[in-house]
Formats: sequence, C-alpha cells, structure tokens
Amino acid sequence: MSGLGAPKTYKLYVGGAFIRSESGRVAPVAGPDGTVAARVCEASRKDLRDAVTAARTAQPGWAAATPYLRGQILYRVAEMLDGRQEQFIDELEAGGMQTDDAAAEVEAAVDAWIWWAGWTDKLAQVLGAVNPVAGPFLNVSTPEPTGVVGVVAPADRPLAGLAELLAPVLCGGNTAVVLASELSPFAPLTFGEVLATSDLPAGAANLLVGSTKDLAPWLADHHDVDALEISGVTDEASARDLLVRSAHNLKRVARTDGARTPRTAGEFLEIKTVWHPARL
Amino acid sequence: MSDLEPSEIEPSELEPSAGLSAAAATFSAYAPAPESRSIVSIRDRYGLWIDGESTDAEGGATFASIEPATGDVIARIADASAADVDRAVLAARTAYETTWRDLSPSARGRHLFRIARLIQERAREFAVLESIDGGKPIRESRDVDVPLAAAHFFHHAGWADKLDWAFGGGESPRPLGVAAQIIPWNFPLLMASWKIAPALACGNTVVLKPAETTSLTALLLTEILTEADLPPGVVNIVTGGAATGAALATHRGVDKVAFTGSTEVGRTIRRATAMTGARLTLELGGKSAHVVFDDAPIDQAVEGVVRGIWFNQGHVCCAGSRLLLQESIAEEFLEKLRRRMELLRVGDPLDNNTDIGAVNSEEQLARIRELCAVGVAEGAELVQSGCELPDRGWFFPPSLFTGVDTSSRIAVEEIFGPVLVSMTFRTPEEAIAKANATPYGLAAGVWTANGARILWMAQRLRAGVVWANTYNQFDPTSPFGGMRESGFGREGGRHGLEAYLQFGPPRGGPPRGGPVPGGPLPGSGDRRALR
Repeated sequence: MSGLGAPKTYKLYVGGAFIRSESGRVAPVAGPDGTVAARVCEASRKDLRDAVTAARTAQPGWAAATPYLRGQILYRVAEMLDGRQEQFIDELEAGGMQTDDAAAEVEAAVDAWIWWAGWTDKLAQVLGAVNPVAGPFLNVSTPEPTGVVGVVAPADRPLAGLAELLAPVLCGGNTAVVLASELSPFAPLTFGEVLATSDLPAGAANLLVGSTKDLAPWLADHHDVDALEISGVTDEASARDLLVRSAHNLKRVARTDGARTPRTAGEFLEIKTVWHPARL
Repeated sequence: MSDLEPSEIEPSELEPSAGLSAAAATFSAYAPAPESRSIVSIRDRYGLWIDGESTDAEGGATFASIEPATGDVIARIADASAADVDRAVLAARTAYETTWRDLSPSARGRHLFRIARLIQERAREFAVLESIDGGKPIRESRDVDVPLAAAHFFHHAGWADKLDWAFGGGESPRPLGVAAQIIPWNFPLLMASWKIAPALACGNTVVLKPAETTSLTALLLTEILTEADLPPGVVNIVTGGAATGAALATHRGVDKVAFTGSTEVGRTIRRATAMTGARLTLELGGKSAHVVFDDAPIDQAVEGVVRGIWFNQGHVCCAGSRLLLQESIAEEFLEKLRRRMELLRVGDPLDNNTDIGAVNSEEQLARIRELCAVGVAEGAELVQSGCELPDRGWFFPPSLFTGVDTSSRIAVEEIFGPVLVSMTFRTPEEAIAKANATPYGLAAGVWTANGARILWMAQRLRAGVVWANTYNQFDPTSPFGGMRESGFGREGGRHGLEAYLQFGPPRGGPPRGGPVPGGPLPGSGDRRALR
C-alpha cells in the first residue's frame, strides 16, 4: 500500500478527459486488507452515453489515420506503460493481486500492446484479398473498422486482460468504450493516463468503472454501438442477455479471449469488396 | 410494343404496298420466344428430403406451390413440422458423426465437383423449373442463377482439401457440425448453392429450408445429390413456411444457423441463437444507393441503373433501389431512364425476350403496391412503364419515383420490387451523406469517369459490396455480405469459409445432439465467434 500514501480519487477517462461521474457517485474501494484503498468515481448510464458519443466522434479520425501512425501510437502506449511499471504493480496489488502476479500482469499488458502495434499495417494484407472473379473485373476485398466497440474487460486481469481486448479493437481503426474491472479499478483507470499521454486521439478509447452488471446491458442496448467484445463476461446468463439485447441493431458480438491471431482484430472489421471493370 | 401474335397479323398488312405505318406495325409486332416446359416434369406431390429419402411430413401435411405467372397450383409440397425438423437434424447429426466429418477432404471435394458437373449437365431443366416456380425471366435463370450455382459448387469443391492454407498462422480449421440454412425465394437454387457448397466443403452437414414459394429446384437438386453419391443425411431439405423455419433456427441440435432474408426475421433469429448457442451469419435486407456523377458515361450508367433495380423484378437484397443523381445531369438522365424503362418487356417468365417476369407471390405484390401508394401519398411523383401486363398471374410494371424526400418511407424501406426511387445531390460529400443515411449497408454503386473519385467514394460508402461503373455482379470467389443492419458474415471466397469453420483448441461444453434443455454456453464450440 506504500505507493498509495496520498490516495487520489480515481476518475473515469472519457473523451480524453478525466471526469467525475455525472451522477456524482464516488465509491470507496477496499484493498486486500479490508480498509479503504482509494475512492473511485462510479460510472452512470449517462457517463456511458457520453463515452459512446466521444467514441463515435473520434472514430472517423482514428480510422483515417494511417496504419503506420496507428501502429506508432499503440507502441507508444506500450512505452508509457512500461515506464510506469512500479505504479501499476502497486495498484494491482491494491486491487488484490500478489506482487509476482502483478508484475507478470504489467509485463503481459506491455507485450500485448507491442504485439498489436505491429499488426496495424498488416491486417489488410492478411485479411484482405484480390479475388479472381470469372470476368473482366478487378475485385478487391479490404477490411474496414466496424465502428464503435463496447468492450467488457475481465475483472480478474485488470490490465493485461484489458490490453488484450482493447488493443486489437483499436488496431483496426475502431474506437472503444471499455468497462474496466470493478474489482481492481485502480490500475485500469491509471491506464487512462497512459492513453492520454500516448497521442491516442481523445475519445478513441474511453475507460469506465462501475457496476458492470448494470453498464454492460446499457452498452448492448445502445443504438450507436456497432459491436461488443464480451470476453470479460463470465456467466452464461449475462452473455446470453447481451446477445439478445444486441439484436436490435445487429451488433457484432465477439468473445475472442484476446487470442493472438489477426482474426481477433478481424472480429471488429467488415470486409468490403469493390468491383471495377477492367476492359476497354 | 404490341400484343399481336404472328398468326393474328393479316397477310395484307405484310404487303409492301400497305404503307409505312403498317410496316412499322409489322416491325413492332411481337413474336414470343417461349422456352419449352417439356424439359421439366413437375410431380403432383413432393416430400421432405431426409437421410437420403423422400418422406412425407408428419400427418401428411402439405402446402400448395403456386406458379406466380399464372396463379395455378403446380404441386403440393410436404409441410415440415417441428418433429420433421427434429428428424432432419438427427439425420444430419448422424451423417456428420458417422460419415462426413471423417471422410477425407479430397473425397468431400470430389462429391462437390460431381455436383457442379451434374448441375451444368441439367442446366436447362433447372432454369426452366426455376422460372416456372419463382417467376423470374428464363434469360436470368439460364444465364445467371444456374451457371452461378454450378460455379459455387465447383469453387468450393477445390477448397475442401485446401482449408489448411486458407487462413495461415498454422491454424487448422475444423468444421462446426450441423448447419441449419434458411434461404429466400428470390434466387432459390443459387442461394441453396451459396449455403450448401461452403458448408459441405468445410466438413459440415446441412439441413436446408427453402422458401415456401420456391421449393422445387432445391428438391430437384436432391436427384443430383443422389447421383453424386453424397452419403445420406449429409444434406437434408425441410420444406415449409415460417413455422418450419422457426423450428429449424431455434433447434438446439444445430451448431450453426445461416439465414438470408429480411432484417426483421434476422433479429428474431439473432435472439433465438443467443439461447441455443449456435453460431450465426445473416444476410439481410438493403436499400442500396446507386450514385451517378455528372462525368459518368451516361448511357452505360443508365444500363447499370436498369440492371441494378430491374434485375429479377427488383427482388434482390442488394438492388440499387435508391438512385442518387448529380443535380446537373438529373433531368437528362431521368429522361433516358424513362425511355429505357418503357422498352422493358414484362410478361411470361419463360419467354426468352422477357426482361421482367412475375412477382414471386401475391403477398409480395400487395406489399409493392402498398409502398407505391405510400410514396404517392407522401407526395413523390410516380412514373410507370406503360407496358401491358398479362391478365393473369402477379405482375408489376417497372416504376420510378422522382421528387422523393430522403426521409420518406419509400426512400428508407426496402420495397423488394421493380421500384426505383431517385434523389439528387450536388457534391461528393453530399452523395456520401445521403448514400449512408440508412441503417442498412449491403451494397452500393457509383458511376464516374474519375478514378480518384471512385476510390474516394468506395472507401466511404458504408456497404459490404461496392460496384463501381458496374452493378449486380456476383462470383463465387467474391465475398458477399453486409455491414450494419444488412447482417454479418460473408458468403463466397476465402472469407465465406469462416462462417463454417472453427479455429483454436476445442472448448468444453455439453456434447451436441438432440434437444438439450438449457443448451451450452454461447459460442461453446469456439470462443471466438458468437456471430
């Protein structure tokens, strides 16, 4: 607990700013010893809506950034995270992790950001195609971002789990609203400071902490969210409920577990196929 | 255009002395060129196709199949109950576990190659039957539907033993199990091929439900499956209406549901598969924008727009049904389009000269009429071809709305008929804004001679397929499918295979088979894809 000698109130990260909840709710969160480790702003439905708006606003710009630039920014996230290892280990410990596990968690998070940083300018080559149609046409399939993705991060892997789900979403040009671990909220909310100092455009990634049980259905209900990543949802009934709720605007719903394959990023990409005649 | 049969023309009218007007009448006198029906033999009754055999539905239930061009009942077809669907799913499961899954990939491929060949050999028969059963012009079923159906089997036949190379990364993909496939009435045999070929190539077995109004070509296909020695139960066909489809889509014994149809039904199936845990791909509705810039080759663009909306009576999910004309050429373009529309020949689907055949069903005709009435009531101007319509059967003239408000119902809702709505724009940015102002995202078209503008537009149109300086082209190697509320997943090419494969280590979960109360966790077969 030594790293938290002057406990701060942890704020949400929305639209590139650190905000208190619109609801004014601030919850004390207990550390492993049962005493209050710190206070955390608790996201409301209105905060979630504001985060979706911020993500929607940021999406075209982030998608239009060159893959080279997106890759450098994701790598910058890894650098900034790596430079603050000690603080994150402390905060993960405050969230209930053992020291060794916390160190491994930070290391795994850095590794995930680096892995996906290298994919930004390769997805189109690996997931796209030139299709040999039976006629005088050039026919090309390319991946495009789905849009705004709601991410339910795993509660038990607050930093690496979040990285493994968020990085592939950002990699392909989507923007995200992340429901971070409510059990261990300190590290993921401080991670907002990493994002804020990594040249990631404001609103491209938004971090909320609150009652995931309440917030996730609102995310699934939201008409301006295009896809959900629900790897952090552990119970069967909640996963089904989110799928049912996603039907109204036919959200894409994926549960990748952050698997290291370009198809993980592909879950949040749409294949567009363009035909053009090639004849005189 | 004239109704005169050649025999009705008086000999005197053919004399050169009869003068110019008579010569003109003779020139325009229409001689039909009907395709013979004799190549097909339509039976009075058709059964379900389960485990390699034709079988009655439970209790002998049947429904009537009606020829849209005449309104005549041409056959009675078994109406599958939930119990019949159970039988079909069980047959597919058994075939999956006892023969198909463990068959060598190259043997799977050989079955598909043979199916492709046999479709080619019986192409004329399929084309005629398709036009009788569904109402589409013989020219289209002969030149588009049937050749593409054969091509889909041929293309996917080659994939069967090459799947390990399809996705890289050393991932060996595996089949899912039993695929439930529900297809629409607008391209009956072609949609059956789009669904069956990739499913089988990837090692799955199939229960297919054709649309209620168009079952016959799928049932004819069973003769070919038998001839190709496909093991019993690998493909099963359950005919019926919405209740049959619901029983299949919600069945807990299927691992995968693939649906092509309306967005509304797609949502229902999404909710249903959330409960069963089956994987899902959806190919749904559209209201695709067709954008024409002032520098486009105008006559080619007119032909492209004609092909976009009046192909297959406009019963096309990706029909270019919203015409967006750059303001400076709108008047000239519409004038040419109206003239071209007048020349379209509406009538007997079996006539080789027919451009627009019969509307598929009375219900669909009623919907087209209703939406056109709405358009007129909303203040848009309706121009229809003056062509004479046959006095029996279900027909609707090619129609064009101008002065359409972007938020009006006809500009927003899918009409699924030969009805085009037209609007204008000034700048490329406005064209994109209007084109994308729809919850759908299936297809789009753009006509311009400016190459940079083509690519700029293609990048911004929210659509799974963009046809630039062409429209309504299809190919088995080319992924097809929508963004947003037009569904998810692709059909065709390498991308289409993913819908029928799983990757990574198998996950735990209850074995699938018969109805399992509660069902497994969503995505239990494969964590990755809940779609």
